[in-house]
Amino acid sequence: MADEKQEMTSEPGGTFDRRQFFVKLGLGSLSIAAAGTAVFAYQFLSPNVLYEPSPIVNAGKPESYPTDSVTLDVNSGIYLIHAKEGFFALGAVCTHLGCLTAWKPELGIIACPCHGSKFAVRNGNQKPGDKIEGPAPKPLPWFRTWLSDDGDLMVDRGTVIRPMEFLRG
Amino acid sequence: MAKTVDQYFDNLRDTRVWRSIFRSGTGSSTLKRSLAIQQNVFLHLFSTKVRRRMVSFSATWYLGTLTLGTFLILVVTGILLMLYYHPSVPQAYADTKDLQFVVSSGLFLRNLHRWSAHAMVFLVFAHMFKVFYRGAYRPPREFNWVIGVVLLLVTLLLSYTGYLLPWDQLAYWAITVGSNIASAVPVFGDKIHFMLLGGNLVNANALLRFYVLHCMILPLAAIFFIAIHFWRIRKDGGLYALSSEPSTLQKAALAKEAR
Repeated sequence: MADEKQEMTSEPGGTFDRRQFFVKLGLGSLSIAAAGTAVFAYQFLSPNVLYEPSPIVNAGKPESYPTDSVTLDVNSGIYLIHAKEGFFALGAVCTHLGCLTAWKPELGIIACPCHGSKFAVRNGNQKPGDKIEGPAPKPLPWFRTWLSDDGDLMVDRGTVIRPMEFLRG
Repeated sequence: MAKTVDQYFDNLRDTRVWRSIFRSGTGSSTLKRSLAIQQNVFLHLFSTKVRRRMVSFSATWYLGTLTLGTFLILVVTGILLMLYYHPSVPQAYADTKDLQFVVSSGLFLRNLHRWSAHAMVFLVFAHMFKVFYRGAYRPPREFNWVIGVVLLLVTLLLSYTGYLLPWDQLAYWAITVGSNIASAVPVFGDKIHFMLLGGNLVNANALLRFYVLHCMILPLAAIFFIAIHFWRIRKDGGLYALSSEPSTLQKAALAKEAR
């Protein structure tokens, strides 16, 4: 109660308590220093330059993928699929917890070995990449594909496009 | 014979050098024995006096002490393994293989490290169950239970970070899956994932970060909290606190309720 009364008197025009002023100054500068340390720590722990593979992958000549084929590129984590409508690229990394999925030709689906998620490739009226079952929360993403000037099939793993946008080869 | 050994030891304890290190001096009076505990930097965390039945096996099954034992084995074997292990992508897996097949006693030390790690996780859980079913978490020891939960988390994080270091397929995918679980945190998930791995993928940065966490940050955190954990035993009334037992009135009320 006594403290509250003192604060009332330290309103503008009242008597100024020197001790309270220094306590507030000290706590204030400590909080600013703490906030600065938190920002410093966050910036220091987030690398500015990464030596990671480029998101753009050169998948070679389109002729090397026969019609109606599903090809997994293990190193880049993408499926290159040559459907009747054209080419498209699906992310092969499971949307659940990041495992590499596998193409099961005998079942005609993509399955994750870690926790059993299943994704469609051509499954009734489901779009390629759609989830059939399992813990995965999202469908496999479609990545942007185009033909380079040399006629190579290019995939950008950093750009997700809407499904059913095929590249006519 | 035994007496002469005691006498030799007493003579040693009376020398100037010994007395300059341990001030308590010779003699087995209660005072001298309490001083021997109180004036030792490690032992002063503990009570100077303990009831005999509280140091019997049945009271605690020595689970906490055994956990500390496995931790000490892990520190010693871990430091030795660090002498042959480089936390870099081209070398980590080869170094692990070298420890298995080339380094003298490397296989023994690595297996000892691994099995002690498993044993420590088991013992931490057993210790917690024993404390839980004995009701030893009750006041005045609530805070020491909280410290124990922190130590459980540190133990699990030590196991998790150590898992990546062999840099084999199992390690790679376990950390891929485990770090993606961190992404599920609302709002900050992706940032936490990025900072934990030092990138978007489990890669050279992730290996180095997990190495530093495993060999420096987490062991220091464990030692810090273990010290508080032991000191709190004394502060909260020793291994047995009558005040933490339900009173006879409470017991009668509980028994009535049960019927």
